[in-house]
Amino acid sequence: MLFDYLCVSPFTIAYMLKLLGKFFIFLNELFTRRESAKVYWNRFLDECITIGFDSVLIIAIVALFIGAVTCVQIFANLVSPVIPLYIVSNIVRDMTLLELSSTFMCVVLAGKVGSNIAGELGTMRITEQIDALEVMGINSASYLVMPKLLAAVFTFPVLAIFSGFLGIFGGYLAGTLTGIITPEQYIYGIRFSFTPYNVVIPIVKSVVFGFLIVTISAYKGYYTRGGALEVGKASTAAVTNSCIAVLIADYLLAELLT
Amino acid sequence: MIEIKNISKAFNGRVVLDDVSGVFKKGETSLVIGASGTGKSVLLKCMLDLVEPEKGEVYFDGREFLHVGENDRKDLRREMGVLFQGGALFDSKTVQENVKFPLDMLTNMSETEKNDRVEFCLHKVGLDGTGPRMPSEISGGMKKRVGIARAIVMNPKYLFCDEPNSGLDPLTSIKIDELIKEITYEFDITTVVITHDMNSVLSIGEHIMFLYKGKKLWEGDSNTIMTSSVKELDEFVFSNHALKKLRGEYLK
Repeated sequence: MLFDYLCVSPFTIAYMLKLLGKFFIFLNELFTRRESAKVYWNRFLDECITIGFDSVLIIAIVALFIGAVTCVQIFANLVSPVIPLYIVSNIVRDMTLLELSSTFMCVVLAGKVGSNIAGELGTMRITEQIDALEVMGINSASYLVMPKLLAAVFTFPVLAIFSGFLGIFGGYLAGTLTGIITPEQYIYGIRFSFTPYNVVIPIVKSVVFGFLIVTISAYKGYYTRGGALEVGKASTAAVTNSCIAVLIADYLLAELLT
Repeated sequence: MIEIKNISKAFNGRVVLDDVSGVFKKGETSLVIGASGTGKSVLLKCMLDLVEPEKGEVYFDGREFLHVGENDRKDLRREMGVLFQGGALFDSKTVQENVKFPLDMLTNMSETEKNDRVEFCLHKVGLDGTGPRMPSEISGGMKKRVGIARAIVMNPKYLFCDEPNSGLDPLTSIKIDELIKEITYEFDITTVVITHDMNSVLSIGEHIMFLYKGKKLWEGDSNTIMTSSVKELDEFVFSNHALKKLRGEYLK
């Protein structure tokens, strides 16, 4: 009855539970049989560059334009003679901090970082590089994924702050250069009824999203079987699954944090 | 010495290995031969615990491997060296870093000691001076040799080679075979080679195990293979005209 109501077969649910169980076993692998801290430290620094620093440009471009578009759209749709102009920058600020700087940024990063991780691990799997690590007695999952996870959890909040700043700055550029709003009005709107807690939200969100993107993508790549075709499929699945997970988590965090 | 007992494995109900047992002696190059899809590589992966067999046991000098705790298994793994089919070199590391990797991860040796050891192993496989090159910059034969250097860098007691000659020209294949044989004698280790290369069978096969449809059908050496009366083995080994002729001369 319940299955009919949910329009899914018991087999589908059993299969999904099996996948979920496998995912949690994979997570457990990451935290057990760890290698020495020195090994992780060196790889962590490398991954901070790959995951964090190499994403700065794309995040900067996305944040600037999204901030600019938000400013223009709010002005076009909201402002009337009875609403003061500084409300434009006020909404740009809140939208950027609460959603765009973390959620939108992480959806972009799910594409860039997620596909990269799944592709890398998938290729390592099919070329037996992961087997080579295992036969040396190294916990391949922990050795390969843990530094990526730590790097994401560390760099995503930094990127979120950077993205938030550039988003607001993008709105400022679009607003002032097109004459929508004066610089003074924009700055006033940014500072008007500011809640410092709103800065914490993108930081918390980006940590959670970073965890989800890396673990889901790594899981997809790590268990790749077959050849080049399957590596491509794993990368695609990593991006789509990560995006879905980020959006679901975004809703749950919105309920929890606000 | 490595002993395997009653190894069986099936994938989705399809039996790939059926009750395979055997002994691989120390100081000998043992070959597991058979046509493609007979379970040779799966047997190797079962022996290395990369694939979990349905049943069976593997003993390394009397020490059980498959059903022991994680720490014991890790200790045993440090005594093994494996050459994978494609070399399995880490793409992001240079040749030198690839060979040094097990030393970095598993030992407390000083940097000088590690570099000396890497240099020795690269010299052993005839790759002096290739340390700074990336895996993408070297040939398939060189990749295999780097794979062998990495496999022996930890002074293993057991060496496993999965199709070391696949994709190589005959001359390079002979060199790789000779290298494996030389290492086995010099370091007095137990070597297991998975192959379907008949030149290897006849030149380095001190002990040969023939697998057919997942079962061990024959066991012997490169001399007894010439006189074997097992039809499936004959079809596999002497399908080549030159080898058939060679056997004719041998029997005369």
